[in-house]
Amino acid sequence: MSKPVYVGLDIGSSRTKVAVLDTDRRLLGYAIKKSGTDFSATAGVCLDAALEMAGATRGDIINAVSTGYGRANVGFVTTQSKTEIGCLANWCRFEIPGVITLIDIGGQDNKIVKLDKDGRRDSFKMNRKCAAGTGAFLEEMSTRLDLPLEDMDGLARASKEMVKLGSYCTVFSATEVLENIRNGKKVADIVKGLFYSVIKRVLEMDLPTEKVVMTGGVVAHNAYIFDMAEEMLGRAVIRPEFPQLAGAMGAAIYAIYAINEKGASEIPDPNQPNFEGELQ
Amino acid sequence: MIEPIKPKTARKKIQAGELMNKVMSDYFYEVNEAATTGKQKVAWCTSVGPAELLRALGFAVHFPENHGALLGATRMSTDLIPEANAIGYSPDICSYLTADIGAYLKGVTPLSKAYPGIQSVPKPDVLVYSTNQCRDVQDWFGWYSRELKIPSIGIKSPRNLNDVGDAVIEDVSRQIQELVPQLEAISGTRLDMDRLRKTVALSRECTELWKQVLETAKAIPAPLTFFDGTIHMGPAVVLRGTQVAVDYYKVLLAELQKNVRDKAGAVEGEKVRLYWDGMPVWGRLRQHSEQFLELKANVVASTYCSSWIFQAFDEKEPFRSMAQAYLELFIVRSDDYKERYMKQMIEDFHIDGIIYHDAKTCPNNSNSRYGLPKRLETATGVPSLVLSGDLNDLRCISDEQTKTNIEAFIEQIEEGK
Repeated sequence: MSKPVYVGLDIGSSRTKVAVLDTDRRLLGYAIKKSGTDFSATAGVCLDAALEMAGATRGDIINAVSTGYGRANVGFVTTQSKTEIGCLANWCRFEIPGVITLIDIGGQDNKIVKLDKDGRRDSFKMNRKCAAGTGAFLEEMSTRLDLPLEDMDGLARASKEMVKLGSYCTVFSATEVLENIRNGKKVADIVKGLFYSVIKRVLEMDLPTEKVVMTGGVVAHNAYIFDMAEEMLGRAVIRPEFPQLAGAMGAAIYAIYAINEKGASEIPDPNQPNFEGELQ
Repeated sequence: MIEPIKPKTARKKIQAGELMNKVMSDYFYEVNEAATTGKQKVAWCTSVGPAELLRALGFAVHFPENHGALLGATRMSTDLIPEANAIGYSPDICSYLTADIGAYLKGVTPLSKAYPGIQSVPKPDVLVYSTNQCRDVQDWFGWYSRELKIPSIGIKSPRNLNDVGDAVIEDVSRQIQELVPQLEAISGTRLDMDRLRKTVALSRECTELWKQVLETAKAIPAPLTFFDGTIHMGPAVVLRGTQVAVDYYKVLLAELQKNVRDKAGAVEGEKVRLYWDGMPVWGRLRQHSEQFLELKANVVASTYCSSWIFQAFDEKEPFRSMAQAYLELFIVRSDDYKERYMKQMIEDFHIDGIIYHDAKTCPNNSNSRYGLPKRLETATGVPSLVLSGDLNDLRCISDEQTKTNIEAFIEQIEEGK
């Protein structure tokens, strides 16, 4: 049986994420894969996997919006695109309304987006041209340490004494890591230092508001970074159920919006008292 | 509203462009002839150096910063900068300087391609600078002075001024006058005060017309963009103090005023009006211009183009007014002044957002580093964006990041409207 769905495709530099939502913004299906070199093909595979999970087909798509670095490469499903900053803000606006700072740590870049009480973007900042505070930094370091990326979170948690790294240059940090290995420091302590470096570089970009949510692939796969961020901020950080899908879901919400603006259904108002609050 | 990806459109063509190309071509050939035939002595001058004095003494004047911009716009600079790096000029210093010295070392110039018959930049007889913009110009000319064994003389300017008072004006005025005997000796001409007064008067007229040209962009829709401005400012930069520059801006102004009357905007369907602070990214003028155009955003005002407005010029007091003009420049001023100035520009040009270009190698033209964006946002409520980049060194630029930042910024402005 046919069911109307809305699709958000987030074609990131590292991973492609697709989210399938229903009219009420409920997540019905999703898929995440390495973006690789053929953005369009990867997006197609992800789209079909997410639709299958949602019990839908391409014919059920009412509207779709793309985002991310490869947002212009998915013409087979949509020519409507929004920036990832816009999509993250849009997701946040509807899922966690109110004054908030969203911190997204992705593969290639990180972003801090601030929203006002009405869910409008106050400001945003992206990392500068270096890899500091991004997934690329952790990937480079995991190679240097000859560690699988997925082992890093467990190692950081096991650390008893963190090794602090001073530089924000990936190349200089690699030298520091080698120096610490030579000096007999434990790998777990170095990994914790790397995590600390990532979150510190991000938090240096702007002053967060009281309420903070973190998203992106780096926190999705390294939940210990949430703990560290909370320790550094001195307060709880909102942990979405699907941190890596925030951009794709924001794009899908834009897809719902576009239809709503044509009058097909009502635009949900995040400021209504009965509006469902945070995701978790 | 989600915009589908649209085919490229062009910004409205300025008809006076053809005349400007001729004006610039005549200028480059004239300076080339002076250098190759020896008919006229050649002085190199920094862009806001004492060009009026040099012209009054009969020098043909070449502006290395203009050459630096040409190296950037033709995207030759990124390959040439390393040549200067290799002889000890850091990649972190002015990329006009490193590109220009690199071009000299490699024996190349974009002038040869644009103007057949020109073999090289004009060989100078003297180098004349003012450090009002930065220290780099002095070191830049210092290299040529050692290389070509010619004098490098100039003005050591006060900087970071809140007010331009008598003390600093008199200081710079005296320094300009002290240059006269040496320049007279090199040019073989006695300074004719009437000729200096006439040159200063022409500079004043040029600057007044250029101001009016830029102010046409107060209109909604604006008839020109920042990107037009960076090109059409050419005569104001290299021909200040000449009748030809004055004549050109009369033509340009008439065309733009007509476009204002006809409501013919440079950007079709102008929706967002922006202010650009800092240097252009010369090697990306076209991409940036096209991106704004596609987003229906127009950069209607800028610090950079407005920096060639010198209202102090007064033929009654040529030395003193030159000093005052060179000191009143935005880049010479304190952050307090810059904040006041930009606040006024935001109001006058109906600005929706400010873009600061933080140029890696040009700290003096990068105004986002001492809290100014935050202060202005708080004072005006107008949002801002800082772009990391450079004027000439494309190694310092991430095109994708720039594109995403600009697009996200326009989204933010539109959603906030």
